[in-house]
Amino acid sequence: MTQQKWEPKIVAFVCNWCTYAGADLAGTSRLKYPANTKIIRVMCSGGIDPVFILKAFERGADGVLVSGCHPNDCHYNAGNFHARRRWDLFHKLLDFVGIEKDRLQFSWISASEGKKFADVITKVTKDIMALGPFKAYQNMNSEFTIEFPELEAVALKEMLHEEEVSDGRA
Amino acid sequence: MEELRKYAKELLEKGEVAAVIGYQQVNERRTKPIIVTDPADATKLVFNEYCLNNLSVYFTRARIRSLMRTKDKPTKLAITAKPCDVHSIIALIQENQIQRNDVHIISFYCHGVVRDFGCEFSGDYLASKCITCETHKPLYYDKIFGEDKVTPQASDKSLAKIKELEKMSSKERFDYFKSEFDKCIKCYACRAVCPLCYCQRCITDKTIPRWIESSSHGRGNFAWNIVRAFHLSGRCTGCGECDRACPMDIPLSLINRRMAMEVKDLFSFVSGRSLETPTLVGSFDKKDNDEIFM
Repeated sequence: MTQQKWEPKIVAFVCNWCTYAGADLAGTSRLKYPANTKIIRVMCSGGIDPVFILKAFERGADGVLVSGCHPNDCHYNAGNFHARRRWDLFHKLLDFVGIEKDRLQFSWISASEGKKFADVITKVTKDIMALGPFKAYQNMNSEFTIEFPELEAVALKEMLHEEEVSDGRA
Repeated sequence: MEELRKYAKELLEKGEVAAVIGYQQVNERRTKPIIVTDPADATKLVFNEYCLNNLSVYFTRARIRSLMRTKDKPTKLAITAKPCDVHSIIALIQENQIQRNDVHIISFYCHGVVRDFGCEFSGDYLASKCITCETHKPLYYDKIFGEDKVTPQASDKSLAKIKELEKMSSKERFDYFKSEFDKCIKCYACRAVCPLCYCQRCITDKTIPRWIESSSHGRGNFAWNIVRAFHLSGRCTGCGECDRACPMDIPLSLINRRMAMEVKDLFSFVSGRSLETPTLVGSFDKKDNDEIFM
């Protein structure tokens, strides 16, 4: 088997009203951008808890993008203003504890900026490609983790079996 | 000392306050908190360089708060607070945890406290927060004791450490903090001792979903320590109690201080200094720094 080329995993937390609509526009305009980003839609950039980002890193994300409406454009008037202060502090904190600045990026993308969405995703993907996999965070638990491949296989079989049964009943 | 005892006794006898939260001498080089409700016990109160605890943390405790809320008794609580503890009280008032009228602040001209209990009161004895302290006179008080005099100077080791860390690469900093956070045993002493960690239910105790892994392994420790520092950024008044309480000597107040420096640079804001200004994270300015956003 040939070694597969590493592709970064990026999680984007985007707001429902601007950036998600912007992503939609990028799609309907048939703009091309790298497919490494998994989009998670939330109602407002102000509703994204920093623990979401830590969780994303824990679960294998190499980079995170947070994006919302432009200042003064927020659907909820002030959500992104509150978010801006918090993200600024959070970004500085992560930088201080040694997480590279480019691992976590922020942008304002409005519903009419399909092109900007494609550009931002391309830029973030390039940045993360340059940084490489975020092994430092992902491997933090390696000394504690004991792997049991056989057990996992059994558990998987049981899970599949259960699904079959429930499908049959439905 | 006698003045303080007399004053506290009068307050209790007159029924102006329900209790006095203060310090009691344990031995020559150690004090402990005491909550005086009986005027006769006012003689136990002390104030000296071994009064390390930040007593304002008691305002976040339900049993103490219930003392403030009873209808047939006076609603005020008196507290003996160092000027730095007054910052914490201000922050609690700003965040609507207590009302200014509920607190009777008995404060002192402070010339620094010792690093730790049992530490000799000579030579390099000052606690690191006292080295950079600029408020030897409390910003708010109802009664003040002591005399205004010059405070001893010492070298600022914590700032030197921050500068050293800033010069490192991201990877070196990550390794440094990983090795520090790896020591964490998740005892949550830092949370218990912090006057501003007053959530009824801490995010780390929430299990559905479990955002912060509660085992003391690498990821769980990292997540907890980052979230703790983040929840205090822009709020921490720098009392340094987390450092003192941490049994594993994780440099918690180093991170807090660094965040306070960032906050000062970005927003010209220092937590717990004024009753008039709103809290940092509870407010916003349309002209806030926008440079991190694409």
